[in-house]
Formats: sequence, structure tokens, C-alpha cells
Amino acid sequence: MAKKIDSQDSAGFIGWIDERFPLSSFIKNHLTEYYAPKNFNFWYLFGALALFVFVMQILTGIFLTMHYKPDAAQAFASVEYIMRDVSFGWLIRYMHSTGSSLFFVVIYLHMFKSLMYGSYQKPRELLWIFGVAIFLALMAEAFFGYLLPWGQMSYWGAQVIVNLFAAVPFIGPDLAEWVRGDYLISDATLNRFFAFHVIALPLALAGLILTHLIALHEVGSNNPDGVEIKNYKDKKTGIPLDGIPFHPYYTVKDLIGLTVFLIVFASIIFFAPEMGGYFLEANNFIPADPLVTPSHIAPVWYFTPFYSILRAVPPILNSQFPGVAAMGLSVIIFAFVPWLDKSPVRSIRYKGILFKKWLGAFVVSFIILGYLGTVPSTIWGQFPNVLPLLGGSDVATVVARIFTIVYFSFFILMPIYSKKSITKPVPTRVTMK
Amino acid sequence: MANKSKKVNLDRRRFLVTATSVTGAIGATALGVPFVSSMLPSEKAKAAGASVQVDVSKVEQGKVLTTEWRGQPVWILNRSDEMINSLKSNPKKLADPNLKVSSQQPKYCQNKTRSIKPNMLVIVGICTHLGCAPSPRLSPKGDMGENWEGGFFCPCHGSKFDLAGRVFKGSPAPTNLVVPPHKYLDENIIILGEDTKEKA
Amino acid sequence: MKKIIIFILLLIQSSFIFASEEVYLEKAPIDLSDQPSLQKGARTFINYCLNCHSAKYMRYNKLLDIGLSKKDIKENLLFTGKKIGDPMEISMPVKESKKWFGATPPDLSVTARSRGSDWIYSYMKGFYRDSSREIGWNNLVYANSAMPHILWELQGEQELDKNTGKLSLIKAGKLNQKEYDSVITDLTNFITYMSEPDQLKRKKMGFYVVGFLLLLLVLTIKLKKEFWKDIK
Repeated sequence: MAKKIDSQDSAGFIGWIDERFPLSSFIKNHLTEYYAPKNFNFWYLFGALALFVFVMQILTGIFLTMHYKPDAAQAFASVEYIMRDVSFGWLIRYMHSTGSSLFFVVIYLHMFKSLMYGSYQKPRELLWIFGVAIFLALMAEAFFGYLLPWGQMSYWGAQVIVNLFAAVPFIGPDLAEWVRGDYLISDATLNRFFAFHVIALPLALAGLILTHLIALHEVGSNNPDGVEIKNYKDKKTGIPLDGIPFHPYYTVKDLIGLTVFLIVFASIIFFAPEMGGYFLEANNFIPADPLVTPSHIAPVWYFTPFYSILRAVPPILNSQFPGVAAMGLSVIIFAFVPWLDKSPVRSIRYKGILFKKWLGAFVVSFIILGYLGTVPSTIWGQFPNVLPLLGGSDVATVVARIFTIVYFSFFILMPIYSKKSITKPVPTRVTMK
Repeated sequence: MANKSKKVNLDRRRFLVTATSVTGAIGATALGVPFVSSMLPSEKAKAAGASVQVDVSKVEQGKVLTTEWRGQPVWILNRSDEMINSLKSNPKKLADPNLKVSSQQPKYCQNKTRSIKPNMLVIVGICTHLGCAPSPRLSPKGDMGENWEGGFFCPCHGSKFDLAGRVFKGSPAPTNLVVPPHKYLDENIIILGEDTKEKA
Repeated sequence: MKKIIIFILLLIQSSFIFASEEVYLEKAPIDLSDQPSLQKGARTFINYCLNCHSAKYMRYNKLLDIGLSKKDIKENLLFTGKKIGDPMEISMPVKESKKWFGATPPDLSVTARSRGSDWIYSYMKGFYRDSSREIGWNNLVYANSAMPHILWELQGEQELDKNTGKLSLIKAGKLNQKEYDSVITDLTNFITYMSEPDQLKRKKMGFYVVGFLLLLLVLTIKLKKEFWKDIK
């Protein structure tokens, strides 16, 4: 696909550069002559948006770092300093805090698209795995960053999550102590989390995003029909018949999406930066206090489905480890999807009703688990004692257990139902819907 | 591409590309404003850099008092008559005896003694060359040589200033020392960093 | 589908349970664009609250934004020796305050964001006489609060009816109930303003930004349509 550019092709300044750096050929290979399927729908927007949010987070992060102090005695005050004393500091901080939540919104939608259209199937397994790695790194990045404001939620959230490491058999307690660098979350923890948040993970993310993009441009984009456009090429030019140059067609299309995204982004920043306590929690406006635990600790919304799974799994032999392991598995399991899906077709359009139902059940369980993770497990009260088995246990916990099973069944049973699901015939060429 | 589409209105296309680019560029520039301005002195820095009151009643004749304003050393020198007289003797040796570089002092100090009261010199103790801290060498002669009539000397690169902070010719410093904005609250109290024109 | 319906039903039910567990909070009738109210609130805050509580992230010169003059701030609101750019700190050492109150009075800069305006409003109206407590006061909103009723001279003294859970005035203060409510409204208004002094500016700016983006949206839609004429 990559045509070598003859140096006489370009002249002048660009020519001068092209002799020394592959500028024109880079633009051609990745934009003007990168052929993407012409039938992308709006789901294909979120990858580009995620990249945009990443850049915004880096940019706002740099400017926040200029004023923030990673010191337990000063961190909370320095955030208020940014909010009040730094010119436009509030805007930059809200952009960063809103950006982090919207990053997850965009990533979840991006992942859902891949699940719908089978974008993980051969030959895109590595592309998918790099994506899962980005998701993991992003979760770590968000977790480390959440400690930095040094409010009560920051502090106790970190305390709870780091204590999960203590549940690891044998080395657990030592491991948790090593992560904290102290016997409790302290200045030492804050300082190292700062280091991870501002340099280690952003660097890892940038590298992973690059490999994700390299893999994408090697195999080419999937599309809502799951048809391989490379199978039908123009005999003379070798250009896929259903492919259109990414630039200008998808750049202008993505611009609309970007603008819509910016409107949402700006509306939250300017009119509801706390987003009803989901993006910025009320308790986080109280400085961290190791002696007072807030009555209800919940992680930020984007972690709550996994947190719910953690809470739903009962301790076995007095060990919290099964819950911790289940939570870890609930994220890692995404990486195996390319091999779990035995369906002969990619796209949900042709996969049959059984698969659709399972995907729907997965989404419902993800949302319900997500909601349950934000509230105390006593929220729906208890089953009456007269009921056998269930009597006396929290309703919410039982519901969370059911949906945890649904969540994992979606993956574990996939080899069975994806094979059984009756597929529809796949067209040879993409369709425009 | 042109051969592919029969009826592409290139003018309209060009217009829309330009309009979107220009609007986008305006947006991007506006977005840049908060980021750039976030690097300006914050409210905290402004508060710390606000005016300072100094009581000068205890500064004896011929002595200098060092205070701090915006983290910079400020000298308050109570010049004796001899010291004031010495200012008249050496205009030819000075680089800018008539204070042509007006940014180095407020208007009300644009005079022969560079001060509000003739004897009281208020001056920022930072060399106009590269920001070193000069030291007062108020008494004549001594290790400064036969012709020295008293003034300030910067040890970093050897800049010399007279008792009004005016730089001598041949010094690496390009301009006179800076007289900060200040005013007298009463006979003995000086406010640094506030002018009479800015009424509080 | 069934699951979803059950889920929604459960949600509705749950919100009732949740609400009944919480302390009832009265809605604070505040208006952040009401500058006279903010100014009165600022005076009450500085005269009463700022003796024990600090607001160390709030600078006095932010009071200029709510229409107070530099002269007024300097002469009536600033503590001696303070400058207008200084934050609202107090001189009471932490150890002393702990000795007096059993707890350090919290900094109030962002309390409106952690507790909410309604909580502050209800709290300031929720003091009642309780002889079982050393300080002689208790609070309906925040039981066993370490804070005595600072504004009791204004409000008078209330008593709690253990059966109904309602408060009633047993000794009149300098103000009648309406006047006291308005003092508390102004105070809550100011504390809310103080928790994010730029919040009104922020909202105003938001309209311009979103308006601009809508314009950009129109352009990008037109641009995309123009280019996609090529695609069949």
C-alpha cells in the first residue's frame, strides 16, 4: 500500500524535507492514501475522540503540574490554590477532571463498538490486545491521579484499593506496604503516585497508543458489516473498492463528532463540573484525614462495575482474595475475547439473535453493576428472614451476584453461544445504511 | 479527485474549508488564552508582592537600610549633604546622567537625586546587568580606588553605580539601578509598591 | 426487558428508602447573583464565623467581586494588620481550639461543596437547647455537633419536641423568624459563593463557549456534506 515517493514528486521546502524525513509519504500512508471502509457509522468516532481526550489530558496535566504540590501537607491547599489563585486555574482543573471521566465514557463506547462489530477477530487480535492494555494502563493512571487532590475520597479510595493487594496470599501484607511505602496511605504514597501519574503511565499510554495505531494501520479498519475491504480491490490502482481516503472524508466527518463532543465537554465544565457528585465527589472537598473514615466510600463511577464484582464475591476461607481475583479477571478477560468468539462472522448485523441477547445482557449487567458500585450494599434493604437461603442477606448484594454471573457468563459461554447462534449471510461488499 | 466527481463545486468547498479552519483557529487561540495566562503571577504572588510599609525614621544619615519587596532587596539610603553634593561632580563619567532611560524610575523620581526627598534614596538592589546583588560602597576611596566618591559596586562583573544608582561608563550594566514605585504615607513611613496616582 | 423494568422499579423504591434515612434538609433559598445578599452574608460571616473558623483559601479582595468597595473592606471587614490580598485566616491556634471545643473548627472555604448549601442553611437553623451537653446546645442536622449556637442572640432559643422531632422557639431573640431566616439565607449564600468565587463567571463564559461551538458545528456539518458528495 505504501508507495515510495520519488523525490522529484515534491519540490521546494517540502521536497527538501522529504529527502531527509518521510513527511509526504507519512501523510500519504496514514491520511490521504490510507483507505478506510466507506460505511463507518458514528460508533467509529470514539477512537479519534479518545486520542483527542488523551492529548487534552496531557496538556491540562502539564499546566496543573506547574501549580500542584505532591506533598501531603500542601496537596489539598494547592488544588484550591489552582481553583482560586491561579488565573483560569479552575478551567484547567475542570478540563482535567471532566476529561478523565469522559475519557472512560469514550473508551467504553469504543470497546463496545469492537464487541458489536467483531473488531477483535482475526487478523485484529493484537490490535484488540493493545487496546485492552491501554484500558488497563488508563485505569491505573486514573487511580493514581485520583489520590492527588488529597481529599477524603482520594485518601480512603486509595486506602481500600491498596488494601486489596494485602489479600494476595502469602506476600499480600508486605506487598501493600511496599506499594504505600508506609503503614498507611501517606506522604510517601502521594509522592510516588504523583510520579506514576505524571510520567510513568502517560509514557506507557503514549507508547501503547502508538502500537495500537500501528497495528490498526497494518491490518486496516474493520467496519459495521465486518467485511474485509481488501478482498475487492480496483485491478489497476490496487485501491479497495469500498475504501475512501481517511483524509479528507473521515477527518471532516470526525470534526463533526469532535465538535459535538466539545459541546458536551464544555457544558459539563461550565455548567456542572461536579456532574452531580459523579465526576467530583462532595467528600473530596474535605481534606484527607487518616482518623476519620467517610460513612460511605465509593470509587469514581468508571471503576464501579469492577468494584461491584469485588464486593459481590463472598470471602472464601476468610480470604478476600477470591473477590480481588474476580475483579482482576473481570478486566483481564477482555483480552481473551478474540479466541472466545467462535462465530464465523464478525458483525452483530449478521451474528444472529442469540449473540445479540448475550451482548445486551452484558451491557445491562455492566450498567447495573456500575450503579450498585456507587451505593452502599444496604441500599435495597434485606430479604425477609422467612425466605430460605436468601433470608437476611442484602438485596443489592444478591442482585450484584446475579449480574456478576451474567457478566462472566458473557465471556465464558461465548465459545458455545457464538457457535450456536444462527448467522445471517454476510454480503461480499459493504452496505451503506 | 477532480476527475472522479462530475459536479464538484470547488469554490464552495474551498470556502467551507477556509471558514471551518478560521473558526477552528479562533477557537484554538481562545483555548490558548487560559493556558498562557495561568502562568502569570497568581493571586497569591500578587498578594505577596503587594505594597510594603517601611519606617525610615531610624535610618541615620549616611546609613543604608535593606528591606524586601517582591522578594527583591530594596535599599533605603539616607544621604548626607556631602553625598548629595557628590552626585553633581561626575556627570561625564556616567552612562545616563540625565535619566534618559525613563523606565528605570517613576516620573516623580526623574530628578537630580532620583528621589522624592533629596536625601532619601529608595532603590532596588539588583544589578541591571544580569541580576546579581551589588553591595553598597558608600564611603569614598578605600579599596575602590582614588576616584571613588561612594556608590554601589556589583562584584559579579564589576558594574559601578553612584549614590543615586546611576551607572558609570564602562560598566557592563546597561542602565541605572531601578527606583521602585513608592510614596510617603507620612514623614517617616514609606510605602513600597504603591504610587500616589493609584489612590487606595 | 423484564430485568430493566424490575431494575427501574427497584431504583424508584430505593430512592424512597434512601431519603427516609437522611436528615431532612430545608432548601436554601439562595441566589448567587444577589449582591446585596452576598454582602450582608459576608458581614455576618466575618463578624461571627471568622472568629473560630478560617476560610483560608478565600482572599479578602474577592469581596470586591460581590460589589464591596476597597475602602469598606479595609475599614470594616479586615482584621488589623491584614492586607486586602490576604486570605481569611484566623489567629486561633489549633491546639487551643481543640481544648475549647473538643474539635478544631473546620475551615469553611469549601464547606458548601462538601456539605451542600441546604445542609448549611438547615444546620444554622437547627440549633436547640440541650442541657445534657456541656456546651448546652445540640443540633438537629448534625447531632452532637461541637459547635454552640453562635447566633442565639439573634434567633433566640429553640427546644426539641422528642416526639415530633420538631423545633419550637422557647425564648425570643432580637430578630423574628423571618428576619433570622433571611440572615441565614444571606450567610449561606455567601458561604456558597465563597466555595467557588468564580462560579458565576464560569457559567456566563459557558454560554459563549457553547454558542461558539454550535457555530462551529454548523460549519463542520456543511463541510462534511460537501465532501461526502463524492462518495456513492
